[in-house]
Parts: sequence; structure tokens; C-alpha cells
Amino acid sequence: MGLDIGLGHYLTVAAILFTLGVFGIFLNRKNIIVILMSVELILLAVNLNFVAFSAHLNDLQGQVFALMILTVAAAEAAIGLAILVIFYRNRGTIAVEDVNTMKG
Amino acid sequence: MSLPLFFFYLFSVIAVASAFMVIASRNPVHSVMFLILTFVNAAGLFMLAGAEFLALILIVVYVGAVAVLFLFVVMMLDVDLAQMRKGLLQYAPIGMVVGAILLLELLLAATSVVVAPEAAGTSALPIDNTMDNTRALGQVLYTHYVFLFQSAGAVLLVAMIGAIVLTLRHRGNAKRQDPVRQVARRASETLKVVKVKSGQGL
Repeated sequence: MGLDIGLGHYLTVAAILFTLGVFGIFLNRKNIIVILMSVELILLAVNLNFVAFSAHLNDLQGQVFALMILTVAAAEAAIGLAILVIFYRNRGTIAVEDVNTMKG
Repeated sequence: MSLPLFFFYLFSVIAVASAFMVIASRNPVHSVMFLILTFVNAAGLFMLAGAEFLALILIVVYVGAVAVLFLFVVMMLDVDLAQMRKGLLQYAPIGMVVGAILLLELLLAATSVVVAPEAAGTSALPIDNTMDNTRALGQVLYTHYVFLFQSAGAVLLVAMIGAIVLTLRHRGNAKRQDPVRQVARRASETLKVVKVKSGQGL
């Protein structure tokens, strides 16, 4: 880490990104693709925190764990988009509000 | 302002602005493009923190694979944009409240975090500055964390099989191979030897 870039800088950026992701889930109720992208933003913010703490505490474990989060995020995106494709094929819409077959 | 600090602010401002555009953009294709921009700038932030391998993996995995996957799905589904614009701000107030509270709490935690001085010497895997990041990660990933590494591979395999199984569709009119019929074929059923008189043809 650079000499004058502190842990707080990274945590602040990650906090803003995380909040934007959560806000995106609330905002885009019509479009599940943007919700999936918001989840990706949230996971990116978490990764940023892991890497910042890894650099600050001089510990490589944070980066190993960030790598695992990256794996899970990629798998989640693939499965989410596959579910989206079959949902669209069956129902002809991707609006989240119309997903009520399971009466959740 | 030092050069690393300047780049930190540059990357973080662009990352936050494009993250905002991801959720605010009307067109999903633009959202994907801004998501790519966010990830590229986050990779810059990773690079500044000394995590070079993760930064490049982020670009390869996200810009190369996930973003293209998103783009592919966005373009494949015929999404009605006009329908999507309706009632966009319906949940904005509650989202704003939840987001503001969350941001306030996170910033309070982020600005007041103090690392105990005795935590400095207790790291499980101290970063060796004489070794480059990729080599250091590889040396622990294939030894200490080999089971974690294998299970990450299993997660990806399950995700791949799941995505294929979910989206695979059997169409009735598609031509398929039938190995049983192919093997059971006899020359006597399919081949006929015909005597042709010279100069006459069939």
C-alpha cells in the first residue's frame, strides 16, 4: 500500500460501493439483470475490504479469501443468468414483481 | 499530493461514479458497460494495494467473462425498455432511507476503525516483499489452501453443470445421433448389388 493511502480510504470507497449496490436492488425492481449487477457491486466492495485489510495487516490470507469470493461471484452470476434465461423463456418477462409463482 | 494518492482518488472517483451509473442507467447495455468500467477501476485500486494478481484476475474474470455473459443475456432477451421505465422510482424513497442509514453506519465504522498494535506481528501469512504477489499467492494456494482451491474448482464445476442443465432444451425436430441403430446396421439391409448391362444404365 502506498505510504499515504490509509485503511480508511479503502474502507470508505468500499462502503460507498456497497451502499450503491444495496440502493440498486431497491431502485431497479423491474429489471433483475440490474439487480444481479448490484449484487456483483456488493461483492466487489467486500473484496475491496478484504484486499485493503490484507495490505494493512501485511497478511496474505485476505487475498486468498478474496480469490474465493471471486470464484463464488462468478458461479453466482452464471447460475443467476441461467435461471433468468429459463424464466424469460417460460414467462416472457424479467420483472421481479411478476415472480409470484412460488407465492413468496 | 503524491502520485499513488492521486491515482487512488482518480480510480475511486471513477469507480463510484460508474457504479452509480450502473444502477441509474435506463438501458441495461449501458449498465453492463459501466459495470466493466467499475471493475477496471477497482482493479486499479487492488493494484495500488499491492494485490497485483487479484487485480489482473478481476479484469480477466469480470471484463472477460462475467461482463460478456451479462451483455450476452441482455442482448438475447428482448427486454421492453419502455415497460421497464415505468414505476422506476416507486421504491426509491425506502431505498434512499435504507441506503443512507447503511452508508452512515459503514462510514462511522470505516473512519473509526483502529487496528490494535499487537495485531501487527500476528499475521498468519506475512507478505514477503522480496517475492512478487503472484508467486506468494501460488505458494500458499497449492499447499496450505489446496482443499480450499479444490473446493473453489468444485463450485465452478457445479455452477457450469447447473447452468448447462438449466438452459438445455430438447427440441423435437433436431437431428440426433442414435448409436444403437448405427451399431445394429447390417450391410445386407443397406447395400444392394445391382448388375448393370453395359451401354444401358439403370
